[in-house]
Parts: sequence; C-alpha cells; structure tokens
Amino acid sequence: MRKAFIKTLTELADANPNIVLLTGDLGYTVIEPFMDKFPDRFINSGVAEQNMIGVAVGMAEAGFVPFVYSIASFATLRPYEFIRNGPILHALPVRIVGTGGGFEYGPNGLTHFGLEDVGVMRVQPEMTVIVPADHEQARTALQATWDLPGPVYYRIGKDDEVTVPGLEGHFELGCVQSITEGDDLLVITAGSIAAEVAAAVSDLDSEGLHCQVSVVATLNPPPVRDLMGILSKFPLVVTVENHYVAGGLGTLVSEIVAEQGIKSQIRRCGIKKMPVGRSGSQQHLNHEHGLSRGSLVETFRELLK
Amino acid sequence: MSIPIQHRMTSYEIRKIILEESKRANVGHIGSALSIADIICALFGNILHVPGLNDPERDRFILSKGHAALAVYAALYLKGWISRETLQSYCTDGSLLGVHPEHTLDGIDFSTGSLGHGLSMGAGAALAARLQGSSRRIFVVVSDAECNAGSLWEAVMFAAHHRLSNLIAVVDLNGQQALGHTSQVLDLAPLAEKWRAFGWDIHEVDGHDVKAVTDTVSALDTSMEKPHVVLALTTFGKGVSFMENRIKWHYWTMSDKEYEQAMDEISHIK
Repeated sequence: MRKAFIKTLTELADANPNIVLLTGDLGYTVIEPFMDKFPDRFINSGVAEQNMIGVAVGMAEAGFVPFVYSIASFATLRPYEFIRNGPILHALPVRIVGTGGGFEYGPNGLTHFGLEDVGVMRVQPEMTVIVPADHEQARTALQATWDLPGPVYYRIGKDDEVTVPGLEGHFELGCVQSITEGDDLLVITAGSIAAEVAAAVSDLDSEGLHCQVSVVATLNPPPVRDLMGILSKFPLVVTVENHYVAGGLGTLVSEIVAEQGIKSQIRRCGIKKMPVGRSGSQQHLNHEHGLSRGSLVETFRELLK
Repeated sequence: MSIPIQHRMTSYEIRKIILEESKRANVGHIGSALSIADIICALFGNILHVPGLNDPERDRFILSKGHAALAVYAALYLKGWISRETLQSYCTDGSLLGVHPEHTLDGIDFSTGSLGHGLSMGAGAALAARLQGSSRRIFVVVSDAECNAGSLWEAVMFAAHHRLSNLIAVVDLNGQQALGHTSQVLDLAPLAEKWRAFGWDIHEVDGHDVKAVTDTVSALDTSMEKPHVVLALTTFGKGVSFMENRIKWHYWTMSDKEYEQAMDEISHIK
C-alpha cells in the first residue's frame, strides 16, 4: 500500500501544485518517486514529528495540502496534541499518513506497532480516518479523499502485493464494501488484516460454512447507514482488526449496535494484551494474537458450533 | 452592534484595556499580558503589514504564549479590527474572546494556548511564504518558559536549517513562569547563546521600549538567510508595582482597591 499510495500521490501532485510531502525521516525505497519528481515540494523534517505537524499547519493555512509521512505510531502518538491543536482545531487539510497497522513491523517491537492509532484519531470528531484494505483500495481512497477540506488520517499497510479478493479497489467515503455473501456469520474487518479474514472465510466456505465479509475503510465518519443495514440481518457478528480491541473497529461497530438497538451479539477479534517481551515476525505475532488465517478459522468455526 | 473604529495604538491604551477587561471578567494572566504590552504595541502599531484581515499576503502573527491574549485583543480593538462590544465580551458566555486566542476571531491567524506550539506553525507559515514567492513575514511571540519545551527547539532547528529569514521570533524574557522564576524551574541560561548556536540571528532589546523594539525589528535583514530572534528583556506585570515580578499575578485577579491602584499607576508611565 505504501508504494501505491506514494505513486498515486505523485500523480495527484503533478496536477495539483499545492500538494507537498513531509516525512519524519522515514520512507526509504517508498517516497523516492515523489522526492525525485518534486524536490522543492518534499521536506524531510527530521526525527521531529511534533514540529512536522506544526509546520504542516502553517503551510496548510497558506493554501498547501501537506501530507506528513511516518510509521503509524510515530505519526499519530508523538505529535498527538499538535494534531489536535493544529489541523483539527484549525480545520485545515493536513493529511497524516501512518504506515504499518498492528504487527506489520514484526520484529521491530511495540514501539513500531500501530495498536491504538485508529482509536486516538477516531475520537476526534473532525478527523476523517481512512484505513484501506489493500494497495488497490489505497489508491482509490486517496484519489477520492485527498482534497477533502479538513484533516485526514490514512493508515496504510506495508504490503504492495496482496489484494483482497472481491474488493477490486472499490472505495466510497463513509460506505462499507461487502466482498462475500453468506448467512452463517457476519465478519466486519478493516485494513491490511482483511486479506487474512478473506482467506479464513474462504477456508470455511469449503467446509460448507458461509460468512459475509464486509470491509470498512472509513472509520470516521462512521459508516452508520451501511452498517445498520448489514448488521440487522445477523444475530452474531465478529469484528477483526489489527489494532487493540478498544477504540477501533470493534468499538465502532459496538457503538452502532448499542445506539441503534440492533439485536446482534458482537465478538471483537483484535489485540487484547500488550505485545511485549517476545519478538517475532508479523505472521507469528498475528497468530499469537488470534489474527492469523488459521486462528481466525478456529475462532469463526467455534462461534458457529 | 457597534462598528469597529481605529484608535491610537499606545502601550498605555493596551495596559488600560488589559486591566479593564481582566477586572470586568475577573480573569487572571494579567502579569503575562502586561509583560508584552509594549512588544504588542510595537508590532501591531508599527510593524505588521496587514492590508486586509483575509489578504493572503498579509504578515502573519502568532501569539505562542496564548495566555497573554488579552494584550492582543486590546491591539485588535485599537486597530479597529474588532468592536468595543466584542472586546468587552471577553470571557463571557458565548464570546469570541476566550483566555486563549482562537483563529475564528478576526485578526487571529492561529489558535494557541498549549506552550511550545506556535513556533512550529510559524516555521511552516514562513516556508509556505517562501515557496509562494511572497515577501510576507511571520512574527511569533514566545515566552521564555516555552523554551522549556523540546518542540520549540525542533522548530528552532528546522527554521535555521531551512534559512527562514522571513520568520521573526520575539521572546518575552521576563524570567517568570507559572510556578516560579525560570532560573529556579528549569534554567534557560545562557539563552542567547543557545539560539545563536542553533543558527539564528540574535538581537537583544529592552522589551518595554516601543521605539527600540520597533527599530530593532524594522532593521532585520530578511535577505540574510537566517531566522531572527529578538530577545526582549521585560518585567512581568510591567507598570503595576504590586504585580511586577510577583508569581501570583500569573493567575491572580484584582480586588476593587488593587484595580484602582493599578489603573492609577499605569497612567504615570504613559
């Protein structure tokens, strides 16, 4: 998604001279297409994320559309107050681009994991939160939202190969995309973990268990209308996200179920304990935390018993 | 609704409004506002080029020490940018004028209130002006206590690296912060050497001498490829003897008797 995002941004910047890209000294082998094509509109602001956001606000007030790029945890958490009192308070079109959701940075450890980035961004009413599921959706989501008037947070995955079957890059702001049909179970997911969900559901399909998978790419504003329509058909709903279970997709769905009086039971799959002390690959950590294809199959099968 | 009218910009008028409105609203931060009254008088009276409040080519002003906003509100009123009625709504329910300034008010370019934030926005505004080929300048008034914040030094380093000579920081060097003197809380000395070491063009001035502040800022060379900092030596609570250099006037409000004495004292320094 990272490369597709920067490639698309570079294309947009060609036609829109107000787009600038700032990085917190990250993006090696990713950001070069933009950097090489628009050296005057590319700023490596160094390992100083608070200042990077402040600078972006000063530029946005003057008419620029600054994209600020870093690893999700660094892009959102270190400068969080600057984001709140900057792009959000001033309603300016600063775009925060955080790479890596959940365990995508594998052995790099907790400092590099996106565990609560969506949660902290989603609670800000004026912040649009976009979480593409694959590189095709990253491209269409950026094309559809780069020129929104207010601030946007994009959480983009590292992978540029895998596509989520059935999604075919569809994106519409505030809407949900359903990629499989099924009556046995509703699985709602978001972001790069959607590929694992699709694979798990495909495995169950061959066992005769049919699940509907719905992909949420707009976490804020919440896609209430679409989710209400989908949720009301299923007594049992599972949410899957590579994020702490509190604050993200599972919480969003629970809020809608509770507030709309929908008679569905929610099971939230996500990260439930702090991933500390034992290193490992993304695949290993996903498995440890119940987010691998295999562990999701087991969870869904258990729920359908 | 009263119509905004331009008045003569003087330090005395700014101080008078600070005392009147803080008394009316029973709100503190009086000493911090009095500290920058002369700096604000120089900038808004003599320096800032603002052909129109929404003119993209206007100079930008950021009060990074947002808690002293009343001094700026006074200047906005004296400039004729806000009405007397608006000024006198300070800190009332539904007012556009809170303790800390918000960009939704005419004449306020950026919202502030969290210390250590303003200079970064100023650096971005300065970079934007340069990319747009504009000669507009960006002025940021910071407190000395803000120099505690690491984020401020991120902006200091960034501005020097990008040679943002259209960025002018004025440090209100009154030696005080919320709970004590800066030398006791987190010593900043030697402050001028710190800014110089980061690559800024350094100037030191009496922050209560409007002409000296005006002359110093007017003479800054915006072609020299360095951002500029004016270290303005000030007295916290300047002009009111019982407030000067007294920590409690960061927060305290005036009794009727104190108000009368304060109003009398500032009339003698005009």
